[in-house]
Amino acid sequence: MQNNYRPNDETVLEKIVLTSGSHNCGGRCMIKVHVRDGRIVRISSDDDLPDTDQILQLRGCLRCRSYRDRLYHLDRLQHPLKRVGKRGEGKFERISWDEALDIIAEHTSRIMSTYGPEAVYLNYATGNAGKVAERVWIARLMGLYGGYLSYYGTYSMACTQIATPYTFGTNNTGNSRADWVNSKLIILLGWNPAETISGTNTAYYLKLAKAAGAKIVAIDPIYSNTAIALADQWIPIRPTTDSALLDAMAYIMITENLHDQQFLDTYCLGFDEEQMPSGIPEGNSYKSYILGQSDDQTPKTPAWAETITGVPRETIIQLARDYATLRPGALIQGYGPQRHAYGEQVVRSGTVLAAMTGNIGVKGGWASGAGYPARGPVVGSIPIPNPCKAQISVFTWPNAIIRGSKMGAEQGVKGVERLSSNIKLIYNLGGNCLINQHSDINGTAKILADESLVELIVVSDHFLTASAKFADLILPADNFMEREDIVTGLHGDNMFFMNKAVDTVYECRNGYDWISALADKLGIKEPFTEGRTLEQWLQYIVDKTREANPSFPPYAEFKAKGIYRWLYSEPDIAFKEQIEDPQQHPFPTPSGKIEIFSARLWDKQNPLEIPAVPKYIPAWEGPDDPLREKYPLQCIGHHYKRRVHSTFDNTDWMEEVGRQEIWMCPPDADRRDIRNGDKVKVFNDRGVMVIPVKITPRIMPGVVSVPQGAWWTPDHEGVDRRGCINVLTKYQPTPLAFGNPQHTNLVQVEKLSHEVES
Amino acid sequence: MTKQLGFYYQQEHCSGCCTCQVACKDKNDLEGGQLFRKVKEFSGGDYWQIGKIVHQNIYAFWLSVSCNHCQDPVCLKNCPSGAIQKRPADGIVFIDQERCVGCHSCAENCPYGAPQFNPKNGKMGKCDFCRGLLAESKPPVCVAACPLRLLEYGQLDELRQTYGSTSRIQGMPSSDLTKPSLVITPHRDAIWNKTET
Repeated sequence: MQNNYRPNDETVLEKIVLTSGSHNCGGRCMIKVHVRDGRIVRISSDDDLPDTDQILQLRGCLRCRSYRDRLYHLDRLQHPLKRVGKRGEGKFERISWDEALDIIAEHTSRIMSTYGPEAVYLNYATGNAGKVAERVWIARLMGLYGGYLSYYGTYSMACTQIATPYTFGTNNTGNSRADWVNSKLIILLGWNPAETISGTNTAYYLKLAKAAGAKIVAIDPIYSNTAIALADQWIPIRPTTDSALLDAMAYIMITENLHDQQFLDTYCLGFDEEQMPSGIPEGNSYKSYILGQSDDQTPKTPAWAETITGVPRETIIQLARDYATLRPGALIQGYGPQRHAYGEQVVRSGTVLAAMTGNIGVKGGWASGAGYPARGPVVGSIPIPNPCKAQISVFTWPNAIIRGSKMGAEQGVKGVERLSSNIKLIYNLGGNCLINQHSDINGTAKILADESLVELIVVSDHFLTASAKFADLILPADNFMEREDIVTGLHGDNMFFMNKAVDTVYECRNGYDWISALADKLGIKEPFTEGRTLEQWLQYIVDKTREANPSFPPYAEFKAKGIYRWLYSEPDIAFKEQIEDPQQHPFPTPSGKIEIFSARLWDKQNPLEIPAVPKYIPAWEGPDDPLREKYPLQCIGHHYKRRVHSTFDNTDWMEEVGRQEIWMCPPDADRRDIRNGDKVKVFNDRGVMVIPVKITPRIMPGVVSVPQGAWWTPDHEGVDRRGCINVLTKYQPTPLAFGNPQHTNLVQVEKLSHEVES
Repeated sequence: MTKQLGFYYQQEHCSGCCTCQVACKDKNDLEGGQLFRKVKEFSGGDYWQIGKIVHQNIYAFWLSVSCNHCQDPVCLKNCPSGAIQKRPADGIVFIDQERCVGCHSCAENCPYGAPQFNPKNGKMGKCDFCRGLLAESKPPVCVAACPLRLLEYGQLDELRQTYGSTSRIQGMPSSDLTKPSLVITPHRDAIWNKTET
């Protein structure tokens, strides 16, 4: 507890400042900061507006409620730091801002002129999701300075973002959450919004749906907190096998004639042989695959699926019948199941079932896939001109460091035929994906440590994170409590003005401030700032937002209220027009149909890893990999309520909420003579960690989970003592999206008899 | 009947998110280890595998508990300094910080673990129903904080009229000990079964 200021000192006047969290949270909530004498004494949330089902309060969760404990943490970075030891060693010395910016300007100038813009990489970073965050400004600056190598996709949703549009032509496949009350059945496929939030009030909308009579089924290797709170049924499933379950459900629907053939004939392409594009040989429709009439000659029966998934056949049959008959129904996919070796498949498997049950474009249904809200306002943003057209997948930057100039389309490069340079300069501002949240930490550390590869790494953050330890220069960032910004909600229905609550401390600086100074050193201050102050840029965002939304209030009013809510009379239904009037409103796909069979995927000529219809593809390091003889446990890394990814890992209040420990079920623990609280060694060929174990029946046999986001803390032997899952994960991009397969790991767990947790 | 404030807790839908616990910690500016409202996890059941197929009857639920402002508060009875008092107007049980000598006897007697020692000032502390906020006509912080809207407060007799008289679930001590001012709608796996105890 670092805050010695007593909140019950009534002698000092308290002011309340309205803001919202800008860390990469699933939620965007109304945060009220109680300030006395320049110090935050308490944080409350939305409690002025009456809480009705029409306008719900936007209540913050434990993360923002605990924010004082993070803001006033003693380990806050105070000054710019320059590396003095080997890169990654974590040894730094204090320097001035001017010195730091001189070094950065010199290297940026040199690297840009020597290697060109494709050598400059702005790494994915989500610690600050504000509209005027550091990473926005560095993108604007580098764009104006000559350009930079950009990325597509995210570590959260790499596979679904690429795969969903192959079916629907868009990722905007989600109805409004207020529509869930119309669902008779809601299937949560690897989705745990009570913990991941997934938009403020999402779990509450599920509660409203349940109260309205929906049956809720959770499919998850873990009996998740959402499942405990809201599900009627939990179906444990082996990680990476969701498509096998969905295939067998399709088998039941087809063989029991429960599917909506008329819907499929009207709107879809490639469900059966009658709907195939010309020129495709027989046996390549989805139905042929399911019935065993394609090359593999394997009917996807529940008996086939139960040995793969672990889900008993009678459970599969009942689930298939429920989804086919309890209409309308919503099969909602979380993003965990697509973060695996062949994560593209489950995304499209889910969309086929939604089509087979006629649940697309209707109230109470759900098209499945990415599920981004189909309705959302256009809001203003800082203009980022980038003349460099080259893009890589968000996950593949280590490739681009080692062999960028050999990377082309076959490695996921877009915009250019081949990259012209390896990455030589990395800006990693407000993020921990440089190492902690990326895969294969030990392998990545070697790449980053080699100073002949990346020549300069610039990090800005609040703490000396694992990523910051790999910086050549560390710049101390201001905190969202110390600045003004604007954020939008995940579901596009709210926009918040983040008012400044307290002054910036030490030598921490706002991103616009130091990046403007850097622009000056690079000789482009005027085009970069356009003569605007930060507040004038915020006004610019509001003005642009008002152009698209006439009812949006003027800047001063928005700032004073702290929030603007888009209110709608009716919940939105994705693809309503396409279903009601298919002639006038084709789907935005090449065929205008829902493409169960995708000719674009067929043309990739890689049917084993990129099939034209979705298929179950056994994962490397999945349940049937022979490597299980050596490493028998599947290891996933679930999201943990006590963190947002790696943010909050270092705070005491959150440690009280839940410590970092590996989850293991009693049968697996008994076999290893492991007791609750023991310290265990978790390892595979890629890394080793030693952490306490939580023995719980809430995780299924054969599966363990290391909650993702803990800060990598290697000891002198390289053993991680905190429990960062990514010492165990593999750097192997998925075939189509080049996404991160982070839940695809085989490990062994052993008891450490000499280290018993007290 | 005398006036008695109480909490209502729709435990059946609790996800154990701990927002109540943290909001309470923040509002009361608690020290490390001190939690006036605590969230606990319960789980059990078995797996049995037939070949590669996994069968199970696993159950789990969460329980969020603060001081229950009992009608028969054993903490008060056992307080040697007279620091613990029960307000006649609303039945709130609170600890007068001036009179508390930090002897722990309230903590030792409370079946819910509500009173907790503050190592910084050497005194006991516990939930006081957010008396200060109530005086401003605002709800206790835990009630206002719950993202799933599972906590309410009000007159105990009215809460009982609306939600029933359950004040005990699996994992909780007998309500006969202290008569807690608490009404719970239990999770399906948390219903207290007299025959098992």
